[in-house]
Amino acid sequence: MIRRILAFLVRLTTGVRTAPELGEIHKRRIYLANHSSHLDALVLWSAIPTLRRHATRPVAAAEYWQKGRLRRWLATRAFNAILIPRHLANMRDEDPLEKMLAAIDNGADLILFPEGTRSKDGGIGPFKSGIYHLASKRTELELIPVFLENLGRILPKGELLPLPLIARATFGHPISGPDPTEPKTDFLARARDAVVQLSAN
Amino acid sequence: MHDPELLYLIGGVVALLLIASITTRMLIQKNGETPVLGNLRQRVRAWWWMTLVFASSISMGRDGVFGFYLLLSFLALREFITLSPTPRGDHRTLAWVFFVFVPIHYLFAWAPWYGMFLIWIPVYAFVFIPIRSALSGDTDRFLERSSRIQWGVLICVYFLSHLPMMLYLPIAGYEGQNAKLLFFVVFVTQISDVMQYLFGKLFGKTPIAPSVSPSKTREGLLYGGTAAILIGTLLWWATPFSPVAAAAMSALLVAVGFFGGLVMSAVKRSLGAKDWSQGIPGHGGVLDRLDSLLFAAPVFFHITGYYFGTQMAAAYSQPVWIKRLLEW
Repeated sequence: MIRRILAFLVRLTTGVRTAPELGEIHKRRIYLANHSSHLDALVLWSAIPTLRRHATRPVAAAEYWQKGRLRRWLATRAFNAILIPRHLANMRDEDPLEKMLAAIDNGADLILFPEGTRSKDGGIGPFKSGIYHLASKRTELELIPVFLENLGRILPKGELLPLPLIARATFGHPISGPDPTEPKTDFLARARDAVVQLSAN
Repeated sequence: MHDPELLYLIGGVVALLLIASITTRMLIQKNGETPVLGNLRQRVRAWWWMTLVFASSISMGRDGVFGFYLLLSFLALREFITLSPTPRGDHRTLAWVFFVFVPIHYLFAWAPWYGMFLIWIPVYAFVFIPIRSALSGDTDRFLERSSRIQWGVLICVYFLSHLPMMLYLPIAGYEGQNAKLLFFVVFVTQISDVMQYLFGKLFGKTPIAPSVSPSKTREGLLYGGTAAILIGTLLWWATPFSPVAAAAMSALLVAVGFFGGLVMSAVKRSLGAKDWSQGIPGHGGVLDRLDSLLFAAPVFFHITGYYFGTQMAAAYSQPVWIKRLLEW
C-alpha cells in the first residue's frame, strides 16, 4: 500500500505517466535506461504498472542508497533495490552479476542503468558490459529501452534540492538479446542506440 | 462569501456546460467520433473539472482562492521552465524562485501588503535572479537565461496573482462582493476564448497571424469577441459597473485576452512546442488554458482600481503582524 502511494506521489509531482501496455507480457524483463539523476530509479519504478512494479527491482549504487535513514528505507522497503557497491563494480568482480542473476531467477524484473554513472550534460554515455553478460546468460529476458527525460534538470549530479519540473519516461519496443555471433561492443552499441532513438521524439 | 448572486453565476456556468455536454453527445451520435469532436468532448469534460475546482476555491473564501492561485502559478511556472532549456548553472536560482520567491509573493498578496505585492517580483526577484545565476559561474547566454526566468516569473506568478487580488479592491458599495468581480474576469476571458474557438471553427477563414497561431482567425475574433462582450454586458448586475462600463470592460478583457493568447503562442513556438504540457486532457497544459488571462488580469485589475479610485496602497499598507515579525 505504502509503495503504491509512493509511486502515485512520484507520478503526481513529476508528471510521469504509467505505461499500461507494459503490464501484459509474461516474460521476465530488464529495463535499460539512461542515467542522469538519483531520481531516475524512483521515477522509472513509479511509471511501471502496479502489478508489474511489485516484482521490479532497480539496480543502484550502494554508497548512495545506504546513506541516511530515508534513502535506506526507500531502497530496502519501498523498491527493494539490488545495491551494488561501486568499487566492486569497478573491479569487475563477478559478485554483482551473480546478485542480479539470482534476483532474476527469483522472479524479479530489473531496472538497469547501463552507463554505470550519471551523465553530467544530459547526453547518453557508452554502455558498460554488465547488461551484455546478463542478457547472454538469460536469453529469455526481454530487454526494454527506456528514455528518462528532464530528470537531469530536476535533480542534477551534485545538487540536493529537486526542482518541480515535468519529467517523462518513454518506453520503447523490446530489443533482441545478443546472438552468439554478435560481438559484445556491437550489442552494447545497439542497446545504447535503442535508448538514444527514444530521446529523439 | 455566501452571496446568492454568486450562486446564480455558477449555476449559469453549470447550465452552459450541460448544454455543451448534451450538444457534444448529440453531434457524436450523429457524425461518429471525429478527431475534432473527440477533442471537443475532452475539452467539455475538462471544463466541468475546472469549473468544479474554481467554484470550490471561491467557496472556501479568501484562503481557498489564494491557495488555488498559488498552486496555479506553481504549475504554470513549472510548465514554462520545463519547456525553456535552463542549464545546470540555473539550478539553484530556480530552486530559490520556486521555493522562496513564489510563496513569499503570495504571502504578501494574501496578507495583504499591497506595496510589497507590487514590487516583490519586479524589484527583488528580478535583482536576485541574475545575481544568483552569476554566482554559479556559468556565463553562456547569460542575458537570455536570466530574462527567461524573469519573464516566466513575471507572467506565471506576478501577472496571474492579480486575479486573487481582485478580492481586495475596495470599491464603495461593493464590499464583500468582490468574488463576483473575480468570476467576471475569469468568465468573460474564458468565454471569449470558447466563443472565438467556436466561431473560428464555424466561419474562420482569414488567419490573423498564421505563423504564430493558425487557429486564431479574424472571423473568430470578430464574432466570438462580440458574443463575449454581449455576455459580459449581460452580467453587469453582478459587477460594480454600469451596463456601459461592463461592456467596455468586457471589450478590454476580450482584446487583452486575445493578445495574451497570441503572445503566449509566440513564446511557445519559439520554444518549439505545440502545447505547454499534457496536463489538461483536450486543452494541453495549464498555461494553454491560462494564457489569455495572464495579460488580462493585471490590466483589468489596475484599470478597475483607477476607475473606482481605490486607494489600494493606503488601504493595505504593511500589516501589523509583519511589522512585529520584522522588528523582532
